[in-house]
Amino acid sequence: MATAPVKRITDIGPPSYENFLHPVIKKNYGLWKYHENVAPGILCHVSETGDRIYTVRAGSPRLLSTHTIRLFAALADKYCDGFLRFTSRNNVEFLLDKKENIEPLKQDLHAAGFPVGGTNNAISNIVHTQGWVHCHSSATDASGIVKCVMDALYDHFTEEKLPAKMRIALACCLNMCGAVHCSDIAILGIHRKPPQVNNDTINKICEIPNVIASCPTGAIRTATVNGKPSVEVVEEQCMYCGNCYTVCPAMPLNDPANDGISIWVGGKVSNARSEPRFSKLAIPFLPNNPPRWPEVVNAVVNIVNVYVENARKHERMGEWIDRIGWPRFFDLTGIEFTRYHIDDFKNAGLTYARSAHIRY
Amino acid sequence: MADKKYETPMLDELEKGPWPSFVKEIKKSTDISPACQDLLGVLEVSYEDKKNHWKHGGIVGVMGYGGGIIGRYSDMPEQFPEVAHFHTIRVNMPTGWFYTSDALRTLCDIWDRHGSGLTNMHGSTGDVIFLGTTTDELEPTFKDLTAAGFDLGGSGSCVRTPSACVGQARCEWACYDTLAACNDITQTYQDELHRPAFPYKFKFKFSGCPNDCVASIARSDLAIIGTWKDEIQQDDAAVAEYAASGLDIQKDVCGHCPSKCMEWDGQKLRISNRECVHCMHCINVMPKALRPGKEKGAAILIGAKAPIVQGALLASVLIPFVPAEELLDTIKELTSRIWDFWGEYGKNRERIGELIQRVGMANFLDAIGLDPVPEMVSAPRDNPYVYFKAEDKI
Repeated sequence: MATAPVKRITDIGPPSYENFLHPVIKKNYGLWKYHENVAPGILCHVSETGDRIYTVRAGSPRLLSTHTIRLFAALADKYCDGFLRFTSRNNVEFLLDKKENIEPLKQDLHAAGFPVGGTNNAISNIVHTQGWVHCHSSATDASGIVKCVMDALYDHFTEEKLPAKMRIALACCLNMCGAVHCSDIAILGIHRKPPQVNNDTINKICEIPNVIASCPTGAIRTATVNGKPSVEVVEEQCMYCGNCYTVCPAMPLNDPANDGISIWVGGKVSNARSEPRFSKLAIPFLPNNPPRWPEVVNAVVNIVNVYVENARKHERMGEWIDRIGWPRFFDLTGIEFTRYHIDDFKNAGLTYARSAHIRY
Repeated sequence: MADKKYETPMLDELEKGPWPSFVKEIKKSTDISPACQDLLGVLEVSYEDKKNHWKHGGIVGVMGYGGGIIGRYSDMPEQFPEVAHFHTIRVNMPTGWFYTSDALRTLCDIWDRHGSGLTNMHGSTGDVIFLGTTTDELEPTFKDLTAAGFDLGGSGSCVRTPSACVGQARCEWACYDTLAACNDITQTYQDELHRPAFPYKFKFKFSGCPNDCVASIARSDLAIIGTWKDEIQQDDAAVAEYAASGLDIQKDVCGHCPSKCMEWDGQKLRISNRECVHCMHCINVMPKALRPGKEKGAAILIGAKAPIVQGALLASVLIPFVPAEELLDTIKELTSRIWDFWGEYGKNRERIGELIQRVGMANFLDAIGLDPVPEMVSAPRDNPYVYFKAEDKI
């Protein structure tokens, strides 16, 4: 006798967040009145009802083993009835209704190697991508550089001593899964050589018209190589975005000798004070130098230090540069201004200095 | 932790230092799956070679879905057979990234049974990322996930997993219920999320106020940013307390106001609310004294993206204000009109922001039936190259 097939469950979406809210949060949903900063990494939100919920925020490497997630779950059971959340920047937040549990939780987190901090005028966790751990188009590793930079800036995570908040992000290629393009400091992996066309396979595994259409600068054109249909890349027109590689595996552009890092500064997402804006190029190229990437770490630390010494209270990186001007930024940081800093893509003219407002 | 299989001197360097180490996380997981040993092995080779050792993705997935799984194969399968297939599974996170310890353990149990035990909490778009398993394990993982009430997130040319800030669950500034809106949109567009049918990806992000904690203005095709229309709620006694506690209100609050809409005379803070641009600075600095107004809702912006293909874009204003209670209906109506136009005219891998750049905002507005308003531009055009429509000429 035939048995009825088991019904396949699909299209259910995520479980409702309402199942996961702390009772104090459920009771005071939409009733929060204000918050206080208890200490770095610790917030207290106060409701119209007088109820309070405490948040303890800890940094994580984002790449977590289930062992560590189980540790977080156990700490949540021990100190806050099992209620916790994660932030948009890969921090874990424990939500407590008992103030006396803050210190012991903080000590347990510290003992397990997870620092408490990342709030207000601190450097929050670095948003980043997969890098060499898991991606085929990465021009650098992500987790490794993040680890080295955060080791160097650790005290800026656990303390709130910056002029304003600072958001650092890393993307390991121009695809920018980490969307670093609006960060105070963006660390961006870049390729610097055109794709190496695999003439043996391209006609079998890719649609050549799609490959040609994928290029934003029209650098790819048809070619016949050894009697087979293929493409060629006009080197002067290629800016190594890798879009053709995303469309076609026969266009790889990883090149250890030329891949590396660029550094961008002054972007922001928040509307506070000045409008949201893109990060601008500070350093066009630094080498990949694993395992500790000293050139990248030193460059980021230098920019942070110069910013801390010179920016006024509430000035984000970009707002500080607005006040002092780009020439002074390059002067103070000691970063060389080169031809690569001048835009030559679409709308480039909008970034030329179009006034006699010049600081001397 | 299992005994080590490979020497990894370069990765071992990344166990040092105060910041939590991803290498320690991978090593911890070696008792869950042998794949973690081979991941350490191949990653060490990448550190030596200064290049990744992954092949371009492949088409793998679960039955009936076109997204949610990212195929990943090693380019050194003979040396590192345990990561020969090492696919990623995107699991749609609970909205706002809220969990109970039990929910987290459920996810851990599933992943320990079927994969590497390695995750990202979370991926850039917001999903829980299960990092690394074989093709054979995809269907069993999916079955266990759905049985536990979870589902996959988006990948490819589809609705990507929508995300929201913490919202009214734990923030006094949220001007609409970001969690409810995000969850509703996620559930409404399940078909579009799992079965890619668009020119390219489409992202929704829900921020409760102009601080924009989920970076919607930089990262989403449709950004829903909470704001208010009436006067900032002001508690004069609390303002005086900030002043008494040493805050320089003129310098630190009024001095940074972008529209210069406020003055402090040492006694009273006066705000010209008609000139306020709703930037949040004064409220951020004095959360006990100032709050968003009572007439709450959101601005809807369109077209943000990272550089690929035609260059990065910030989102721009499409509807300056929608009252909170009308928000979901408005988003859905708008979305349907936008997708109709994009589906018809969008080129392969063209995000909606790029399409608007290509055809022009005015033509886009005509297509979706929205009237132009001055809030949409930073200034009117400064060139006289105007295309007049036939019906406007005699």
